[in-house]
Amino acid sequence: MRRIISMLLENEPGELSRVAGLFSARAYNIESLTVAVTEDPTMSRLTLVTKGDDAHIEQILKQINKLIAVVKVVDLSANPHIERELILIKVIAKGNSQRDEIKRLVDIFEAEIIGVTDSTYTVQMTGDADQTDSFISAIQIAEIVELARSGVTGISRGKKGLKG
Amino acid sequence: MELTGAEIVVQSLHDEGVEFVFGYPGGAALHIYDAIYNHEHINHILTRHEQGATHAADGYSRSTGKTGVVLVTSGPGATNAVTGIATAYMDSIPMVVITGQVPTALIGYDSFQEADVVGITRPCVKHNFLVKNVNNLAETIKKAFHVAETGRPGPVLVDVPKDITAQKAHYHYPDDVTIRSYQPKIKGNDRQIKKGLEMLQAAKRPIIYVGGGAVLANAAEELTHFVRDTGLPITQTLMGLGAYPAPDSQFIGMLGMHGTYEANMAMHEADLIFAIGARFDDRVTGDLNKFAPSAKVVQIDIDPASIGKNRKADVPIVGDVKVVLTQMIEAAKQLPDYDPKQTEDWWKTIKQWQSLDSLGFELDDKLIKPQQVVKDLYEVTGGDAFVTSDVGQHQMWAAQYYHFKEPRKWINSGGLGTMGFGLPAAMGVQFGNPDADVACITGDGSILMCIQELATCLQYGMPVKVLCLNNRYLGMVRQWQEFFYERRYSHTYMDSLPDFVKLTESFGHVGMRVENPADVKGALQEAFALKDRLVFMDIVTDQSENVFPMIPSGAGHAEMTMRPDKLNSPKGAA
Ligand SMILES: Cc1ncc(C[n+]2csc(CCOP(=O)(O)OP(=O)(O)O)c2C)c(N)n1
Ligand SMILES: [Mg+2]
Repeated sequence: MRRIISMLLENEPGELSRVAGLFSARAYNIESLTVAVTEDPTMSRLTLVTKGDDAHIEQILKQINKLIAVVKVVDLSANPHIERELILIKVIAKGNSQRDEIKRLVDIFEAEIIGVTDSTYTVQMTGDADQTDSFISAIQIAEIVELARSGVTGISRGKKGLKG
Repeated sequence: MELTGAEIVVQSLHDEGVEFVFGYPGGAALHIYDAIYNHEHINHILTRHEQGATHAADGYSRSTGKTGVVLVTSGPGATNAVTGIATAYMDSIPMVVITGQVPTALIGYDSFQEADVVGITRPCVKHNFLVKNVNNLAETIKKAFHVAETGRPGPVLVDVPKDITAQKAHYHYPDDVTIRSYQPKIKGNDRQIKKGLEMLQAAKRPIIYVGGGAVLANAAEELTHFVRDTGLPITQTLMGLGAYPAPDSQFIGMLGMHGTYEANMAMHEADLIFAIGARFDDRVTGDLNKFAPSAKVVQIDIDPASIGKNRKADVPIVGDVKVVLTQMIEAAKQLPDYDPKQTEDWWKTIKQWQSLDSLGFELDDKLIKPQQVVKDLYEVTGGDAFVTSDVGQHQMWAAQYYHFKEPRKWINSGGLGTMGFGLPAAMGVQFGNPDADVACITGDGSILMCIQELATCLQYGMPVKVLCLNNRYLGMVRQWQEFFYERRYSHTYMDSLPDFVKLTESFGHVGMRVENPADVKGALQEAFALKDRLVFMDIVTDQSENVFPMIPSGAGHAEMTMRPDKLNSPKGAA
């Protein structure tokens, strides 16, 4: 099962590699990983997507928790949460009819064209995994030049934050 | 007080109460070595290899319960220490390793003797630090000790660039530190404890399974009390030996790959496994799918990640083993008395398994049996010696036949299985226990991996007794080749062994060769009578001996291979 694991870790050089190293050393897979500093400059927030059954995820969480630099870790996907990923996609867009068709798709998915050349569009889109996946498959009516994804980040629903 | 970084390192170690620093100097550590030279109190032990320094600090720690301290230089000094750090990591030994590093401005430029030591050691330390500001140095060292010693212990490395050791800062060594992201859980959950006890009381075929965690937590007393109160059978892992006194009748031997028939059968047939500081390691469980098919599991461990990792725990209890056992002893008073009748049948079955005498072996007139050497050692030392070992058959015989009565007396590399560990570890044990008998049971292969430490032993007068069970083979590997590779002994014959007696003598110690079974005991007595000398006993043993019982890899506990003469087992041992 797909899981979104989010953690706060000390914002020090090298701490990210402890998390990444743990995943490679124990042969856990990482589908995506995002990390950036939080409102508290001493802490970073790292969110990663992995796959596994309950026992596997439990072990991953425990191992992450063991890292001295990790202040807090949760399986976001275990509770109501919001996830978002930003994708940037450059597609061939030539001729009016193709350009119109792409624009219609962009409207339907509430995406945005943020870059234009005489032969391409660059489209920005945000959404959860389902939305981004279906947009990527839909947009393939045009030829994709390149695709960049930010990786998933997320936050829990409700009043509580990860810290407290 | 203003001190240089180098002085801060040394003064911090002193203020931490460090008795010994095991180390080896080099360029990036020169300032620190200069500060040691000028310091009145710090006791630095110069080993002959950085691996030796780490194993010595490790042996010192295992035998005393204190944290081992290592100091080495950058680059090759640090990489040489890695094997010892990984060894300590796998067995959860508290250790602080201070490594010199090239000056901050040279980091990242492939400078002379530069290695990314924080990167290299990351997967084999509990935590590591690169010090970038001399003002944080003392606190970082305090944090290193704090992390190494608390929770599940382990090695912590502090990498100190040379320029930092030259800069000055106000010195203050904190009494205490807190790390917001690190708060190990010490006390067990009372509800879980009660649940665990109730399950133990209800069980018909319970077994207590104890690992190294009980030794590390200094829980032997509580464990012995708890186990005696229940009257239940207890087995210990290779790392747990000594936590509970082996000569006691409730102890049914070590379990696992070379465990006793009764211990492994009892695990296999148990309806409840009560695990205390043990992690269901693969050398213990054999094939997990065949392991203890009808048992429920209660598991006590300080490391939540060790609980349920390999085998699901029905009742997980996170906490310090000593604290949790104390809670258990208290909680048990609230429960009805344990009825020993309940396990009468179970004990009957176990006694039947024991009657097979799975560790029995036959003596020979001409060839020295390695098992007998260990038994004789036990007698000559009254079972009170510290025994270190290397890795191989001799290690298993030491574990099987030296019936450890106390914790911290059996010192071996169980997790990583590091050949070369035995001699430097014995040296470290002797530093921590200057008046005790310290024996190193080793093999002709292993001893050569850190033989240089004989020089350290001479310099500091460490009267270790080395028992080299010399079978002219990498015996444990040869055993596997005999059983599983149709006797194709690929690169396991030890051709061109040195004359160990002469070798020892050239190091300034006493060498002995023992070739006759009749001479073993006398030679041991003679060696141990030489109180202030290191004696190296080259004991020429039967080359064909194998370690039994054995659970071949991929097999289950009920599928042990027994000594060929033990085939008529009471309950169909394979
Ligand atoms: C550093 C290292 N290299 C290789 C091994 C693999 N190994 C395990 S036991 C063994 C043989 C040890 O031979 P010896 O020390 O003579 O002991 P014996 O088994 O003969 O008693 C080897 C090579 C190891 N454990 N450690
Ligand atoms: Mg050998």
